[in-house]
Amino acid sequence: MIGGLFIYNHKGEVLISRVYRDDIGRNAVDAFRVNVIHARQQVRSPVTNIARTSFFHVKRSNIWLAAVTKQNVNAAMVFEFLYKMCDVMAAYFGKISEENIKNNFVLIYELLDEILDFGYPQNSETGALKTFITQQGIKSQTKEEQSQITSQVTGQIGWRREGIKYRRNELFLDVLESVNLLMSPQGQVLSAHVSGRVVMKSYLSGMPECKFGMNDKIVIEKQGKGTADETSKRCLSGKQSIAIDDCTFHQCVRLSKFDSERSISFIPPDGEFELMRYRTTKDIILPFRVIPLVREVGRTKLEVKVVIKSNFKPSLLAQKIEVRIPTPLNTSGVQVICMKGKAKYKASENAIVWKIKRMAGMKESQISAEIELLPTNDKKKWARPPISMNFEVPFAPSGLKVRYLKVFEPKLNYSDHDVIKWVRYIGRSGIYETRC
Amino acid sequence: MPAVSKGDGMRGLAVFISDIRNCKSKEAEIKRINKELANIRSKFKGDKALDGYSKKKYVCKLLFIFLLGHDIDFGHMEAVNLLSSNKYTEKQIGYLFISVLVNSNSELIRLINNAIKNDLASRNPTFMCLALHCIANVGSREMGEAFAADIPRILVAGDSMDSVKQSAALCLLRLYKASPDLVPMGEWTARVVHLLNDQHMGVVTAAVSLITCLCKKNPDDFKTCVSLAVSRLSRIVSSASTDLQDYTYYFVPAPWLSVKLLRLLQCYPPPEDAAVKGRLVECLETVLNKAQEPPKSKKVQHSNAKNAILFETISLIIHYDSEPNLLVRACNQLGQFLQHRETNLRYLALESMCTLASSEFSHEAVKTHIDTVINALKTERDVSVRQRAADLLYAMCDRSNAKQIVSEMLRYLETADYAIREEIVLKVAILAEKYAVDYSWYVDTILNLIRIAGDYVSEEVWYRVLQIVTNRDDVQGYAAKTVFEALQAPACHENMVKVGGYILGEFGNLIAGDPRSSPPVQFSLLHSKFHLCSVATRALLLSTYIKFINLFPETKATIQGVLRAGSQLRNADVELQQRAVEYLTLSSVASTDVLATVLEEMPPFPERESSILAKLKRKKGPGAGSALDDGRRDPSSNDINGGMEPTPSTVSTPSPSADLLGLRAAPPPAAPPASAGAGNLLVDVFDGPAAQPSLGPTPEEAFLSPGPEDIGPPIPEADELLNKFVCKNNGVLFENQLLQIGVKSEFRQNLGRMYLFYGNKTSVQFQNFSPTVVHPGDLQTHILSGPAQPPASPRRPSSPWGSRLTQLAVQTKRVAAQVDGGAQVQQVLNIECLRDFLTPPLLSVRFRYGGAPQALTLKLPVTINKFFQPTEMAAQDFFQRWKQLSLPQQEAQKIFKANHPMDAEVTKAKLLGFGSALLDNVDPNPENFVGAGIIQTKALQVGCLLRLEPNAQAQMYRLTLRTSKEPVSRHLCELLAQQF
Repeated sequence: MIGGLFIYNHKGEVLISRVYRDDIGRNAVDAFRVNVIHARQQVRSPVTNIARTSFFHVKRSNIWLAAVTKQNVNAAMVFEFLYKMCDVMAAYFGKISEENIKNNFVLIYELLDEILDFGYPQNSETGALKTFITQQGIKSQTKEEQSQITSQVTGQIGWRREGIKYRRNELFLDVLESVNLLMSPQGQVLSAHVSGRVVMKSYLSGMPECKFGMNDKIVIEKQGKGTADETSKRCLSGKQSIAIDDCTFHQCVRLSKFDSERSISFIPPDGEFELMRYRTTKDIILPFRVIPLVREVGRTKLEVKVVIKSNFKPSLLAQKIEVRIPTPLNTSGVQVICMKGKAKYKASENAIVWKIKRMAGMKESQISAEIELLPTNDKKKWARPPISMNFEVPFAPSGLKVRYLKVFEPKLNYSDHDVIKWVRYIGRSGIYETRC
Repeated sequence: MPAVSKGDGMRGLAVFISDIRNCKSKEAEIKRINKELANIRSKFKGDKALDGYSKKKYVCKLLFIFLLGHDIDFGHMEAVNLLSSNKYTEKQIGYLFISVLVNSNSELIRLINNAIKNDLASRNPTFMCLALHCIANVGSREMGEAFAADIPRILVAGDSMDSVKQSAALCLLRLYKASPDLVPMGEWTARVVHLLNDQHMGVVTAAVSLITCLCKKNPDDFKTCVSLAVSRLSRIVSSASTDLQDYTYYFVPAPWLSVKLLRLLQCYPPPEDAAVKGRLVECLETVLNKAQEPPKSKKVQHSNAKNAILFETISLIIHYDSEPNLLVRACNQLGQFLQHRETNLRYLALESMCTLASSEFSHEAVKTHIDTVINALKTERDVSVRQRAADLLYAMCDRSNAKQIVSEMLRYLETADYAIREEIVLKVAILAEKYAVDYSWYVDTILNLIRIAGDYVSEEVWYRVLQIVTNRDDVQGYAAKTVFEALQAPACHENMVKVGGYILGEFGNLIAGDPRSSPPVQFSLLHSKFHLCSVATRALLLSTYIKFINLFPETKATIQGVLRAGSQLRNADVELQQRAVEYLTLSSVASTDVLATVLEEMPPFPERESSILAKLKRKKGPGAGSALDDGRRDPSSNDINGGMEPTPSTVSTPSPSADLLGLRAAPPPAAPPASAGAGNLLVDVFDGPAAQPSLGPTPEEAFLSPGPEDIGPPIPEADELLNKFVCKNNGVLFENQLLQIGVKSEFRQNLGRMYLFYGNKTSVQFQNFSPTVVHPGDLQTHILSGPAQPPASPRRPSSPWGSRLTQLAVQTKRVAAQVDGGAQVQQVLNIECLRDFLTPPLLSVRFRYGGAPQALTLKLPVTINKFFQPTEMAAQDFFQRWKQLSLPQQEAQKIFKANHPMDAEVTKAKLLGFGSALLDNVDPNPENFVGAGIIQTKALQVGCLLRLEPNAQAQMYRLTLRTSKEPVSRHLCELLAQQF
């Protein structure tokens, strides 16, 4: 289990240090700083072993979070906890920065005491935590309220308290996906996958029972068995189902029901939470296609032409498009011409960065650059790193569709129809690269 | 000019460096560097030529980036361009970049070398110096090849500036150190020596360094430097502190130069020229005098400089080792330093004194400081200083102060650092032995040593104390009493138990009269330690117990009870089990007389160089050996050997007293003394006591008494010579220009007699002629005492008796120690084959020819087939027996190519000579040979059938042997196969 947790600033100074177990000494703090933060070679592995002590770290902007243990723990669990910890801190005081951490260090210690006990992770649900860890002074609670907190935290539904009331029952559903791609220069897909999240923001009264439905292949086929013609109709109308490789759910989802009926039913926590996480690898819609053309003219010149094609409905608009074209290390000068957007040679990053604000579907754009090179002593050939791309599109590249989200609250007098529901799809680029 | 207006500040560089320093993270730093590199690339690429200033600035930036740890793969050309600039700063930056970043890029190296050549020829001293520094800094082989010839020229040229000469000397030194073969020696060497007379002190200092290095390779070329160095030194030493102006360092005139000159003088023996020598001695005296003067400054630099010269002077005095007066003065000076406040000085003083102590002139003077040194050992806080103090104590020890020093070292041992404990233990052991007047003191010391630092007492140390106690009658009783008392301590070290067990087992009877140490008490004391000890120690204790049975018959029942206990008889360790079983049987079967003989007191050990000393030398490495080498043993203890009366013992009962020693071979590391011990027992056998009183244990004796480890490997031809004798019994075994050895032998059943004839082929007498027969490897030769050697004490030289039976008994007669020129001596060997054996015994012949020792080891032509008894039998019988021996391991077969012509008659003769009977009309094929015989040994008889099938076309033989013993089949087959 986790023996201790440290938070460092970018210089390696310790901001927060909380040790849970005796086997972690003070020197562990320095060991991580010396061997990871100040290492001569940049440490790329998130897990580092120093003197039989394991350090798991994540970095948020300039802040290092490191969990330390001497035991053989489940690394995935530790990272899950660290990410959760980041979420909790973000929920309490916004952006994780040195300034914010310094201003809230009492709060952070309080949180750390609550969500880790002797190194074992505890309830880290923000909603639940906010009921008893507050930033304001607490009015002296009545006995009743106190016992309520206790029963709620230790009860069966630890993530939602009772007696919530909203005038408007409203819920927001975001399908957030990031699409990862590696493509050969000829346009062959070498690897591609989508990792997605369904994030829900619920403002519902009482203890509502929700049921979430999407175009999961297994569910569709099961239903389709009864009415075969309906399935074929669906196929014709282009409403395809998707194959989900693996998925994980928020603790509120009843897994037994998912296992038996593959239906996702749950009592949601109040406020924002991540309902599920999933990954697909089949039938991915690639929003953009990058066609590179690199020509070496002698030893001192390089001509690069890159075409990007958008591959989705013309009515949709992609945003924040950025194409990054790496340049050789001996570049001495660059001339760029592009039809759309702005392109610039960034020497500090050894790349040409081409930015386009908006681009509709089924369009095409082009950039051409002339790179001048300085002859070098080394005979080393340029490794030609891949061209990478960033974008944001208003649909789910995996093809996931929300079919329904039903809300039942038998005790209070509002029905499914009274709830206002919002659904949004955002597809972002993960590592979206094309070799050149 | 823009360069002038911008100045040499290089603002851009300063800004860049401060930007880098202000970067908050590694990523930011890399970004900044990438940006700067892109900028420099575009500048270098730019069409308009850069001026010198910007070129210098950008090259500087590249250098800085490189030193931050990033790769730089351009800008070399610009740096080389800077070399041809006329401005000092630009040239300097160019050279700096080249010396840091140069790689063996062929085209650039050519350009660089060209630029360097131009600068060397430029007559501008600054540029020449820059070029020389670059050559020295790079110092690569290519540089050496290009410039090694030019630099000596610059060095000795009359018109070179002083600073250039200085740089040239140091540059040459660097090249010489990097690749000595490239620097050509020539007429310039003589002129280099004269640089010692140069006006400029810097040149002299550089030249001295160069000469010191060069003269180590060929001292004769630079011999003349001695007188020059002496005169230079005397000028410096006698000068007032103000004379040398720039070269006076805190009131000390030219300290570095003085130290270097003194070091140069240490490369040569004392000057022969009286005038030069006188001057030098004067110098040295002046330095020593100056050390006495009150310091001119309180600054630490002043005393450091002064002491540096002083210590170098002292090491020169020690190096010469010929001026008693100076040595004593040096010693006194060091004595003052021993109490100095400064730890470094104390360390150096102790170290120098250590070498002084080995000089005969100053040994006495060093001894006067004993109290200070002992005090240092006790109170010094720094462990390295304590170590030096211990070294010095060891070096200054002699008979007069041994007791004091040993007791101090023992006391120090209790608190000593673990790292040096073993060394101190060895030193104490050596000193105690070397300077022991009274052996009871020696025993006390070593037992104390074991008590204090038992873990660090190596085997050699406690072997040694046993040897000494065994060899000296007067100390045995005292030793027994002391170890008895020492063992009474509740917790005593295992080494103590070992020593105690051995000594009580041997000499326990000497203290048995005292009721406090009566036999049962002794036994129960030892046995109380038994269960806490390791296997090796337990084995030793078991031997002690059996010795107790002999010494004190009253303990017999108790000890037998112990031996009979299940934990002994069924011990998992085979050695312990075997000992328990054998000792138990021995004690119950043998009569008291037999026991008394078998368990006789150990004979004295022959004197050898102390193995502890050897160990210390090994530990210290070869360098330190010389100082320690003087440790020879007291002559007084040498005559112990003759004083003891060896007692005869029965032949067939191996003595467990040998076993006690043999135990030493049992622990895994085969320590040298273990085998030496075993060998020494053999020596006792060969050099019978009849000869000993007259000869005395002289060094020759040691040389002439070979233990198995002393016998060299057989000469290379030994096997071939042996093969000649497989099928014949008489002939010349060996011959060289000095010696001829003839053999005549006859064998009947399991007995044989062999006559060896040693012929001296020279006209000079052989002295100390001694032929000996031993059996190598795991076989044991059992040697019977001949009639001419009345009371010899034969002993088994090795471990557990009964595990292997003796295979061959060889009885030799001693021959005369002198063999006259042209004379022949005869030696008779009686041989009895007790069991089958595979390897022949070795004959080792040693003698002195014209003072030079000669040694020769041959294989004695005694092979198993010599004990063949031919057997006649009919064809029917033969095949019946042949079938009886049909187990696969009983048969040995070999198919081989004929080495000699295939002649039926010769083969027949050889087979007969081999010893078997030839059976005619047995094999259906008349070409084949069939033979039969019985090998007779005392223990058993081995039936043997053989069949040889020649194939004339293929020139091949097939030999098949069937015997009732598997190894015999194989061995005979191999022996016989070599004959055809």
